[in-house]
Amino acid sequence: MTNTMQMTRRTMLTGAAVAGALTPIIVASTAAHADDHAAPAELKGAKKVDLSKLAREKVELVKPPFVHAHDQKAKGGPKIKEFTLTIEEKKMVLDKDGTEVNAMTFNGSVPGPLMVVHQDDYVELTLINPETNTMQHNIDFHAATGGLGGGALTVVNPGESTVLRFKATKAGVFVYHCAPPGMVPWHVTSGMNGAIMVLPREGLTDGHGKPLVYDKVYYVGEQDFYIPRDETGKFKKYESPGEAYEDTVAVMKTLTPTHIVFNGAVGALTGDNAMTAKVGETVLIIHSQANRDTRPHLIGGHGEYVWATGKFANVPDIDQETWFIPGGTAGAAIYTFAQPGIYAYVNHNLIEAFELGAAAHFKVTGDWNDDLMTSVKSPQAS
Amino acid sequence: MNRHAETGSVSGISIAIPLALLAALSGAVAVKAGFASSGQHDGGVTAPEVVTIQPHSFEYREATEYFRKGLAVDAPKHDAKVRLPLDVMKFQTSRAEYQRCVLDGACAPAEYEGQAGPDLPVTGVSYDDAVQYAAWLSQRTGENWRLPSDFELAYAAADRFPDDALGIDADDTNPATRWLADYEREARRAASTNPKPQPRGSFGISTTGLVDFAGNIWEWTSTCNRRVDLDKTAEAETLDPAGCGIIIASGKHRSPMSSFVRNPKGGGCAVGAPPDNLGFRLVRRPTFFQSVVAFARRAATDALGPHISAHTEQNENEG
Repeated sequence: MTNTMQMTRRTMLTGAAVAGALTPIIVASTAAHADDHAAPAELKGAKKVDLSKLAREKVELVKPPFVHAHDQKAKGGPKIKEFTLTIEEKKMVLDKDGTEVNAMTFNGSVPGPLMVVHQDDYVELTLINPETNTMQHNIDFHAATGGLGGGALTVVNPGESTVLRFKATKAGVFVYHCAPPGMVPWHVTSGMNGAIMVLPREGLTDGHGKPLVYDKVYYVGEQDFYIPRDETGKFKKYESPGEAYEDTVAVMKTLTPTHIVFNGAVGALTGDNAMTAKVGETVLIIHSQANRDTRPHLIGGHGEYVWATGKFANVPDIDQETWFIPGGTAGAAIYTFAQPGIYAYVNHNLIEAFELGAAAHFKVTGDWNDDLMTSVKSPQAS
Repeated sequence: MNRHAETGSVSGISIAIPLALLAALSGAVAVKAGFASSGQHDGGVTAPEVVTIQPHSFEYREATEYFRKGLAVDAPKHDAKVRLPLDVMKFQTSRAEYQRCVLDGACAPAEYEGQAGPDLPVTGVSYDDAVQYAAWLSQRTGENWRLPSDFELAYAAADRFPDDALGIDADDTNPATRWLADYEREARRAASTNPKPQPRGSFGISTTGLVDFAGNIWEWTSTCNRRVDLDKTAEAETLDPAGCGIIIASGKHRSPMSSFVRNPKGGGCAVGAPPDNLGFRLVRRPTFFQSVVAFARRAATDALGPHISAHTEQNENEG
């Protein structure tokens, strides 16, 4: 341990400064490349919007799996939606054995909160890196266009803050994550990711003109963690993220997570914190995985309308059993519960679900429908 | 209906052995039994501390799973009267005790984190491990140790043995009512306890002197998981634990577990909270002499009435 390089705050900031100097070059080439692609409205000489005339709305974010109140159908024209994310480096407990991670978070939770806007709204984000943190951070929105998703414009040192505005041109659910120069996967797999939902201004539809309205929305953020072990196989604990860095990267490179969890810990969405619904209620489940592929499945239910890759301009798949969300993507699924009981919502790699933690529960109340299911003969000796 | 096997066997013994014969034999047999057993065991191992559970009556809810019209219902509760004392380990088997068996090469290592101290109960042991340990302990002490049945644990733990009925109307035709109630209860339980094994005595003592029952360790029993359909007239037969594979672990609630499981986990179609840990304590089968004394005492009590009964109880407590 003594001769391994200790990642101090200073060395991290130095590394970031070097990478920061290179950033303009990367940005320039990305922008040039982007021009070759399909020409969306904003490239067709669309009239310049006078932002000072747009209504502003300040949104208070809430901790996942909950989502802040929002209209499904936009009222009026595009707005500037103001959000604040405060970066919090903190230790979090991952399981009942007390395994710790030196987590990096947006607003203190893994995942960070879900933001909801409508297509053509402007997202104006204040990103705060408090003095109490030890590292440099930024944010890359997959929903944003240019500037490394905002990553190039938002690198903040401890004690700094920044404001980024981007136009939400594409409808769908999108991942956002920290992408600091040189340390992207470490920050992302330390918990620094979340999602934004850009709703079509008219709300969701089945792609054939039928509106889809949800009664409830839950946001499940799946996270793979890579916790180093000591010689005896026990998970190690570290005073600071810097001390954990080298060992953690070594585990990351095995591509074998030690934990795969929903909402920051094994069992975080079970028991008293299980999600709830009533028979007849339509629930929208947003599921993000910023780093790794996943395949959600609702045990005992279905994905009646599923945008597996999360983009609402596409016709949703219907009546899915399991849907595939590639790493670095947020997906969305709609289901109307038809039976009461306990439902497990899992990553249907069942080893990841039940051995590593990627499982949540729904508690659903209401009347049982014998037509849908009946126990004809109870379990007994045959 | 459906008297559990345990009560049945107790009454069986009492009828099978004539009182007169016992009274005559008791003295001589005592000496002989003592010699015989000390000649057979390997020695070198101190038997665990036991408490002797004195005969008493209690309410017992069956460990069997009951179904009616295809849906689970609470198992029936019976008044049980046990007329023979039971020697049961005061504490759960400790890590140090279990480790002796491992070092002897007779037991598989337990799967727990931390040191094998005398103060912490052994966890991370399967039913099969517990049976192995009981055989080893019997061999090394010359006494007869075995796992208790669920009924015996209920008898021994007395006030500390929970009634795990959900109290849901048996006429409720919505199966989810039961699933949700069970889930909520388990969630509350799991959230309220630290799952880490605690030092002996941390979870208190029953009125009968049994320590730490229904803490965060579920104790293996010798009782098989059984199902009874109340719509059928035939009764389920008592299953031999050696052949059934699914065994009841008792603690804050009954939990049927595969006999090879060392660390219970939740998940899948069983969405409730699993037991925190699996451990065990053993009962000591009385020697022939002890059976005779217990029987004679009971017979005398029955014959001479309540006055003697009170006197006898006092003597036993002093002993």
